[in-house]
Amino acid sequence: MGDNILEVEALKAYYQMSYFGVNREVRAVDGITMKVKRREVYGIAGESSSGKTSFIKVLAAAIRPPLRVVSGSATYDFGGPPTDVTVATPAEIDAIRWRHLSYIMQGSMSTLNPVRRIGRIFEDFAARPLGLSGSAFRQRVVEHLGHLKLSPTVLNAYPHELSGGMRQRVTIGLATVCKPDFIIADEPTTALDVVVQKDVLSLIKNLQTEMGASIVFVTHDMSVHANIADRIGIIYAGRLVEEAPTRTLFTAPKHPYSAHLVASLPRIGDTTQRPALEGRPPSLAAPPAGCRFHPRCPLAIDKCKTEVPPLVAVGTDHRSACWRANDVEPLVPGHSRAGVAA
Amino acid sequence: MSSLLEVADVSKRFQMGGILGRQEVRAVDQVSFAIAADKPEIFTIIGESGSGKTTLARMILGLERPSSGRILFRGEPVHHENKADRLKFMANVQPVFQNPFEAFNPLKRVDRYLQSTARRYLGARDKAAIEAAMDGALQKVGLSLAEIAGRFPHELSGGQLQRVAIARALIPNPPLLIADEPVSMVDASLRMAIVNLLKALRDDFGVSVIYITHDLATAYYISDRLIIMQKGRVVEMGPARTVLDAPEHPYSQLLKASVLSADDAGAGKLSPANDLLQLSNERLARADASRLEDREDGRRVRV
Ligand SMILES: Nc1ncnc2c1ncn2[C@@H]1O[C@H](COP(=O)(O)OP(=O)(O)OP(=O)(O)O)[C@@H](O)[C@H]1O
Ligand SMILES: Nc1ncnc2c1ncn2[C@@H]1O[C@H](COP(=O)(O)OP(=O)(O)OP(=O)(O)O)[C@@H](O)[C@H]1O
Ligand code: SF4
Ligand SMILES: [Mg+2]
Ligand SMILES: [Mg+2]
Repeated sequence: MGDNILEVEALKAYYQMSYFGVNREVRAVDGITMKVKRREVYGIAGESSSGKTSFIKVLAAAIRPPLRVVSGSATYDFGGPPTDVTVATPAEIDAIRWRHLSYIMQGSMSTLNPVRRIGRIFEDFAARPLGLSGSAFRQRVVEHLGHLKLSPTVLNAYPHELSGGMRQRVTIGLATVCKPDFIIADEPTTALDVVVQKDVLSLIKNLQTEMGASIVFVTHDMSVHANIADRIGIIYAGRLVEEAPTRTLFTAPKHPYSAHLVASLPRIGDTTQRPALEGRPPSLAAPPAGCRFHPRCPLAIDKCKTEVPPLVAVGTDHRSACWRANDVEPLVPGHSRAGVAA
Repeated sequence: MSSLLEVADVSKRFQMGGILGRQEVRAVDQVSFAIAADKPEIFTIIGESGSGKTTLARMILGLERPSSGRILFRGEPVHHENKADRLKFMANVQPVFQNPFEAFNPLKRVDRYLQSTARRYLGARDKAAIEAAMDGALQKVGLSLAEIAGRFPHELSGGQLQRVAIARALIPNPPLLIADEPVSMVDASLRMAIVNLLKALRDDFGVSVIYITHDLATAYYISDRLIIMQKGRVVEMGPARTVLDAPEHPYSQLLKASVLSADDAGAGKLSPANDLLQLSNERLARADASRLEDREDGRRVRV
């Protein structure tokens, strides 16, 4: 796999359920192909409920029913034999957890064991992979928490005794203390004030540069992507619709949905009414035919209603899935409708 | 002027860490403000992570008792021993919590959750009335009963779940909503939709909202007044735009300076504003002897 630490091929993962005898299928991940390079920070953005969490659950090997991988693969290369997490055995996955691969779940601050002190939780997860115990272990953890602007006293606390942002930092600490090669993070800084958020992001960034780790992270906060991602992938209705180096995505997006997304950033000092994207988010149980964005797309033409636009190169390192990629113009912040080239 | 809510000199201290290594945490330290009954507003609380925002919200909701000071809703204490009084109070002051994954019982279908809220507060009995109330509240947040019926919390995305949480809070038509980071998990478009919804609740239905957030841009966009907290204390408060346009306290300035911008996308500007950080720490070191001072433009600043 050479330069790539992760290769995802035509991945489809659906939630398959049956309610009162009626089968329901939510096509949350519907044919995603992408690669993550070694030492790369890959940001994922997209609409709420577009399948971002589902996608990275597969990457994190946290696939549980009703979520099923229908087809495709997601293969890591950690130096040893490549591991395709869609078919790996629990033992194979255990072998890469924590040391090679760690996962900060969305809302994970609420998953800390409520009856164990933070210090114990660290021991449970990190002592063995780190091969440390006693005071050496404690010292390492305290030092690591310091980078996250947490005092050693949190080790004596129970989760409910900490604020939301403190718990969020504890989970980041847990996921990073073993210095894994690949970190998957789902909305890791939503509960932090902007001062601490900046600190935590630079910690993550430093870890990444020092250790040569790769990161895939999901956030709605486009200004976080702007400052930490090397490349960004935009997911809409279960599909990757655009992928580009960070600067390019912000200055020259080639998909109308991405153009909308980067322009929708609110700013301090701005009180103009920002209209939300028109129309409803598509249903992943019965997604629109053709381009899934067509019912809401200001550039849509007849072809879009029936033919699925493939994700193809539109520039260096830049892919877009839009029949009219060349007509997409960056939007002035504050206007939500994608503009048509004259 | 009669107050809808009056928070007077409220403090909260916690003992943290049980018997061993016990520490006292001053979670909230002498906070005062009032919201008028005849002037619905969006009152925003921003500040440091761990500065006592959620603790303050929980005390206003009567879920936690202040160590000192008092909180009155329409002139009456918010703490009720009696179950019926408590229910009456809760119909008036509804919460939306920080983390939707925490707010829902994972084993309970989300529509059941709305159902029991409707039953409890509206006294509604027949199925049609209950469903109408649920669907009405869900429509206000851009969802529908058909979409969420029969689903468990883990079957909904973070954004969907947070909208359900807001819909649930709207069922009893409360005059005061306490929203603790209601938009931190939704996309920018939906974020604006929810923030506009809060605005509409204020303008069209006279609902006051205590809006707790880390997002200074939406705070600027919708708030009438705001307070900025650090380590349990209010460091600056006043008309939202006056304060955010030109913050005076070093911590307020630090907050504003730390907001990430997308203007230099790809440049990775993550270095902290060290000068402001130092100024802010110096102020913090002598905070015990500080007090809030009035300014002519209507703000109060800790000096
Ligand atoms: N366990 C589950 N069972 C059934 N459907 C599910 C389950 N988990 C998620 N879904 C559905 O799959 C779709 C994608 O959800 P996902 O959590 O991946 O979205 P997301 O992009 O992470 O959204 P958000 O930004 O709001 O977190 C949604 O329609 C959601 O309701
Ligand atoms: N039940 C408790 N027992 C002991 N300490 C507590 C308890 N609840 C909160 N604290 C402490 O009180 C302080 C304030 O916490 P709070 O949750 O109010 O902060 P917050 O401003 O909401 O932070 P965030 O922005 O991270 O959500 C923190 O130091 C926290 O550790
Ligand atoms: S393919 Fe058509 S509908 Fe889809 S984004 Fe492009 S122009 Fe819009
Ligand atoms: Mg998600
Ligand atoms: Mg909080």
